Amino acid sequence: MTDKGGARDIFAGRDRIFFKNGRIIDPASSTDRPGNLLISAGRIEALDPDSTVIGDAVVVDLKGLWLTPGLIDMHVHLREPGQEHKEDIAGGARAAAAGGFTAVACMPNTSPVNDCQEVTAFIVSRAAGCAARVYPVGCISRANAGVELAPFAEMKRAGVVAVSDDGRPVADSGLMRRALEYSAGFAIPLISHSEETSLAAGGSMNEGRIATRLGLTGIPAEAESIQVFRDVSLAALTGIPVHLAHISTAASIAVIRMAKENGWPVTAETAPHYFTLTEEAVGSYDTNAKMNPPLRTEADREAVIAALADGSIDVIATDHAPHAAYEKEVEFSEAPFGIIGLESSLPLSLELVRRGALGPLQLLERMSTAPARILKVPGGSLMVGAPADLTVIDPDAAYLFTAERILSRSKNSPFIGRKMRGRAMMTVVGGRLGYCDEGFVSG
Amino acid sequence: MTGKKTFAHRHILAMDDLSSEDIFLVLDTADSLKEISTRAIKKVPTLRGRTVINLFFEPSTRTRMSFEVAAKRLSADTFNFSVSTSSTSKGETLLDTVRTLVAMHPDAIVVRHKSSGAAAFLASRLDQEPGPRVAVVNGGDGVHEHPTQALLDLMTIREAKGTISGLKVAIIGDIAHSRVARSNIIGLSRMGAEVRVCGPLTLMPPAVEDLGARLFISPFEAVAGVDVVMTLRVQRERLHVSMVPSLREYAATFGVTAALLAHADPEVVVMHPGPLNRGVEIDPGIADSPFSLILDQVENGVAVRMALLFMLLGGKDND
Repeated sequence: MTDKGGARDIFAGRDRIFFKNGRIIDPASSTDRPGNLLISAGRIEALDPDSTVIGDAVVVDLKGLWLTPGLIDMHVHLREPGQEHKEDIAGGARAAAAGGFTAVACMPNTSPVNDCQEVTAFIVSRAAGCAARVYPVGCISRANAGVELAPFAEMKRAGVVAVSDDGRPVADSGLMRRALEYSAGFAIPLISHSEETSLAAGGSMNEGRIATRLGLTGIPAEAESIQVFRDVSLAALTGIPVHLAHISTAASIAVIRMAKENGWPVTAETAPHYFTLTEEAVGSYDTNAKMNPPLRTEADREAVIAALADGSIDVIATDHAPHAAYEKEVEFSEAPFGIIGLESSLPLSLELVRRGALGPLQLLERMSTAPARILKVPGGSLMVGAPADLTVIDPDAAYLFTAERILSRSKNSPFIGRKMRGRAMMTVVGGRLGYCDEGFVSG
Repeated sequence: MTGKKTFAHRHILAMDDLSSEDIFLVLDTADSLKEISTRAIKKVPTLRGRTVINLFFEPSTRTRMSFEVAAKRLSADTFNFSVSTSSTSKGETLLDTVRTLVAMHPDAIVVRHKSSGAAAFLASRLDQEPGPRVAVVNGGDGVHEHPTQALLDLMTIREAKGTISGLKVAIIGDIAHSRVARSNIIGLSRMGAEVRVCGPLTLMPPAVEDLGARLFISPFEAVAGVDVVMTLRVQRERLHVSMVPSLREYAATFGVTAALLAHADPEVVVMHPGPLNRGVEIDPGIADSPFSLILDQVENGVAVRMALLFMLLGGKDND
């Protein structure tokens, strides 16, 4: 695990590790209390074991830091194959690990796109030995073109955990229905990028007052919520689950709430920038505040926080979208959409905990347990027998978020220069060290 | 030449950046320079040895010519760099194109570009970089702003009416895709005029009233009692995306005609940033009538651009 990870190996190559004096936070068992945890051979062997059981395990003193199920980011772009100048799988996994993630799901809009077993197999091979688990997501349609279905079964056998049209939404509702129906046969989750592109065409920021003043074509909130309504309706029609990516508007959340109240099989995610920033961040054409969907209004931001609190939104995912500096250093309308997020997600999400919007258990549910459940992947739990995917979090560590500390190959973040509190001190992936912060000192 | 008031701007990027004091200063300076163009020898040595590059990524005759004439009347050397295709399609970024030009030590670059924010982007990047200082003048950026057009319009209105504050101005046409409209709405309201905008909602930007204008759908209501009517060019490509069903319907509904002007103040004046679509947004008879200030706008454009170049390039050293 450390070959491409480069983490300081405080485990000394051993596979029995005893974590003591942690604050155990596990949404899967609704646990939040001080405790100890023993892992062995890549699995969780015991919670609060007798001293006789510990034996010769390496002892790691957490001194009250949080010990949680490994964070899972179900929405990242790792750019490999094809756009390695932005990011690659090993580097993206290192950035993920430094951000506290033990697993990420990478979207298929690479070059070539991941629409067949060969590309899936390539990603799986590149992911081996990385600092975090990397789960490929396949395309919904061949060539991501929105015309014919991609081979879900073949891709699943090669290793994809879900299918998605992220970045290039399926406009054809008939195709989307067939994709949902076909996905059910292979129990493969479908992640929808819900966007009515004819309303969003040519847009580069949220439609409204600021876009008008800047002379930029807007993307109305309804470009999202109209398609969210379509997608939850198709979930109702087919009875097959749909997961909605990067929800950004109050109207979408109202639709999701209605769907969940009706018992329709719908889950949803949002990203830290949608609960942290508003369209004001575009300022004077800051291309690091340009992403799709765009930053919205204060009312939308508050609705996203409320939806995370009441569970209408199930997951925090980053939509980590690396772009080279020179690609972003252009006219606003020409700049590519997207910002990186792996290394800022945890501290920004902890801001919600500090202001009381979310409890620690809820935070871990949104960042670990729920994504594991939706993707049907291991992790998200500290139960005995579960894989030893763990994150150690110092919720109070204060620091300045600078370009220099970002491990991702690209530095396109609107949060550079922000005072952050809270970060991952360590990750453990299948019992091996994924990341160990320089500042971590075991007792 | 300008007296004691100071002009604290290094670039001219947007009317939104200019205070009413700034605008008065530009207009007063332009008023004093206008006379040079009427002399037999239409040239003063004020900017001798200074270099102005006109960098135009969009086709333009009048704005580019106006800047060139303005610079030459002040004895600056001018160079025109026209790029017919966008920089990105040629593989070079806008910033790299401009860095190349800056290395030739111009004093000012006038830039017109199809992307909103292009001039502001260049100014902020160049200010952060080592290398020669250069003034960036926005010659029109996408549908954002065209500040020199708004300043020449303000000069023309003040000349015709003696004041700007308290006037009622109706701007009719494609507001959504007009940088001229945005700059004029901001500039006019900052100078105390009441601004009205009018056109089909398909050609109106969202939240237009937030810019400082009142929205009217009916042209007759929009022009009721106004002192100035500005009409904007209808771009034919808007027809293809169903923003306007036909030019004929547009002309019959939103065209500026004598019948429409009968609802305005009897002393109303009519303005147009050009180039004209005669018979579409403006009745040919109106364009040629005494109501029309269209050629005054062109004449004042040279004076305003002389004033801006003078104020930016610190002509006092050579005066």
